[in-house]
Amino acid sequence: MSSVKDIEIKDAAARAAEAAAGLDATDDMHGEKMVLNMGPSHPATHGVLRLTLELDGEEIVKAVPDVGYLHRGDEKIAENMTYNQFIPYTDRLDYLAPLANNVAYALAVEKLAGIDQALPPRCQYIRVICCELARISAHLLGLGAFAMDVGAVTVFLHTFTQREYIYDLIEELTGARFTTSYTRIGGVSRDVPEGWLTKLEKFIGEVRVNIDETEKLLSRNPIFQDRTKDIGVYSAEEAIDFGMTGPNLRGSGVDFDMRKAHPYLVYDQLDFEVPIGSKGDCYDRYIVRVEEMRQSANLLEQCIREIPGGAINVDDGKFVLPKKEKVLTSMEELIHQFMLVTQGTNLPPGEVYFGAENPKGELGFYIHSKGGGTPHRLKIRAPSFVNLGILQHLLPGHMISDVVAILGSLDFVMGECDR
Amino acid sequence: MTAADKANALREKFGDLLSGPVEFRGEVALTVADVNRVAEVCEYAKKELGFDYLVDLSGVDNYGDDPRFELVYELYGYGHGCHLRLKVAVSEEACEAPSVSGVWRAADWHEREVYDMMGIRFAGHPDLRRILMWEGYPHYPLRKDFPLAGKPTEMPDVAFTNPAPLEGGPFVTNPGACSSDKREPRAKSFES
Repeated sequence: MSSVKDIEIKDAAARAAEAAAGLDATDDMHGEKMVLNMGPSHPATHGVLRLTLELDGEEIVKAVPDVGYLHRGDEKIAENMTYNQFIPYTDRLDYLAPLANNVAYALAVEKLAGIDQALPPRCQYIRVICCELARISAHLLGLGAFAMDVGAVTVFLHTFTQREYIYDLIEELTGARFTTSYTRIGGVSRDVPEGWLTKLEKFIGEVRVNIDETEKLLSRNPIFQDRTKDIGVYSAEEAIDFGMTGPNLRGSGVDFDMRKAHPYLVYDQLDFEVPIGSKGDCYDRYIVRVEEMRQSANLLEQCIREIPGGAINVDDGKFVLPKKEKVLTSMEELIHQFMLVTQGTNLPPGEVYFGAENPKGELGFYIHSKGGGTPHRLKIRAPSFVNLGILQHLLPGHMISDVVAILGSLDFVMGECDR
Repeated sequence: MTAADKANALREKFGDLLSGPVEFRGEVALTVADVNRVAEVCEYAKKELGFDYLVDLSGVDNYGDDPRFELVYELYGYGHGCHLRLKVAVSEEACEAPSVSGVWRAADWHEREVYDMMGIRFAGHPDLRRILMWEGYPHYPLRKDFPLAGKPTEMPDVAFTNPAPLEGGPFVTNPGACSSDKREPRAKSFES
C-alpha cells in the first residue's frame, strides 16, 4: 500500500505547455497502482461488505475484505439470556432464511439437552418443511441478486414474485413474514394451520415453473455465461482448506451435504440428491443452487405426503411450556411453567457442536454450558463469515467487473457474517 | 474408523501431551496440555489423520479460573466423516497461542476473530488484525469482565455506552438470581 500516490492531471493548457517543453504528463501514471474502495455501501456487496482493492489498470493485484459493519454482539447477548430467549436473535443471522436458522439453533440446544432423538415425528417433518422452504427462498433471492448484479434485472423481479408467495405461507405458519422465531427448545411454537399444506403444494407447482423459467433466462444466456464461466475458480482442495461450505463447496465438486453425511431430523428417510459442480467457477455455483431448489421442492412434496399426525413438542414439562388450562388447574404444570419462565430450560453442563446444512452453508452452534438456563459461551459458526475468507485469495488476478460476479456467486449475508 | 479411534491414534503419537478422549453427546474431545504445541498436534491431525477441514475455532473465557482462557478447535475429515474437538487452555499472562493458519487457511479469519473478541494473540499469524470491531478499538468484548452495556471509548459518538431505550426491559436476565427487579438491569455489570 505504501506505493500508492495521488495522481494529479493538469488541465489541457498546462499539459499542452508541458508537452511543448518536452515533458510527458502521463509518465507519472505508468506503474502506479490505484486503490479502489468498494463498499460498504455498494449494491453488489449485498449489505455492508467493504473491499479495498489494489488495482493495476483494471486488474486486481490485492484485495482486503473488511467485515464487521453489522456486528451486533449476538454471542455476547446469548450469554446473557435463556436458551429460548435467544431464538429471535437467530432470525437476524441469515435474514434470508430465518426458519432454517431457528431450526439449526433449536437442534443444537436439543443436542445439549439430549432430547434431539425424542422429537415427535410431526415436529421433525414440520422442521424439514421449514428448512427446505427457507432454502428455496434464500436461493431465489441469491440467484435473483446474482443475475441482477451481472446485468439481468428481469430475473430478480421474477424470483422475487415467488418469494412473496413464500412470505405469505410463512406468515400464515408462524405469524410473521420475516422474523419468524418459529422453533422452541423441544418443538415448534404452533402446529401447521388447516389447509396450509394444500397451499404449500400449490406453491410448489408454481415455483417449479418459476425455476424452469429462471433457468431459461440464464443458463444458456451468452452474456450470463461470459460473465460467470471460468470466473472465480477455486479447486476442491482450496475450498476445503478455506472451510467453504454449502453450494460454494459443492460447486467445486466436493460431494458433501450435512443432510446426507450426518442426517438430522428425518432427512435419512427422504429421497433427494446432492448436486455438485465440476469446475468450481461462478457458473457451477449458480447451477448447483438452481438444482438444489428443485431438490428442495421434491423434499417438500415428500414431506406433505408423509407428514404424520400427533404431537409437535416433546412430552417433557422440563423443556416445553405446559398447556395453559393445565397450568391453572394442576400443581406440577404450574411449577414447570414457573421454572421455565423464570429460570429457563435447565440444561446439563457440557459442550456440543451442531452444524446444520443451511442455504448458505454449514451453520454451526458451539454451546459451552456450565449448567443452568444460560450458555456460558455460545459460538456461532457463520457460513457467510468463513466463505468470505477466500476472497483475499480468490480476487487477485480478476477484473473489477468479475468482483461483482464472484460476490454474487458466493451468496453471502452480512447479518450472519458479522453477527 | 470412528472419531474415538482417531483420538486414540493421536494420543499414541503425542502421549501425555493429550488427555482424554472425553465423549459427550456422541462427540469426542481431547485436551492438549501445552498450548505451545497445539499447532504441532493440529498439523499431525491434518496430515496423518485426514482432518482436512477446520470447522470452527472458538475462544472461551473462564473468568476466575486459572488458566483463564480456552481455545476450542473443531476438526472434521471429509475422507472419513469423523468429528474431533481439540481443547487447549491459555493463561491470562501469556495470552498467546501458536497460529494454525499454516495448517488450514480457514484459520486465518477464525484466529483474527478470537483475537478481536477475546484478546488472545496468535504467534505466526500472517495478518493479525481486528476483524469485527474496528482497528483501534481498545477492548475485547467477549471477555466476561466486559459488561454487556459496553465500556467508554475515546469515540463516544461511534461506540456509545448508553443503556438501551428499554432500560430494565425484558430481554436481559440472569435467571435464578434474586428478584426480577434486581435481575434485569439493562446495563448489567459483571460484578453484580
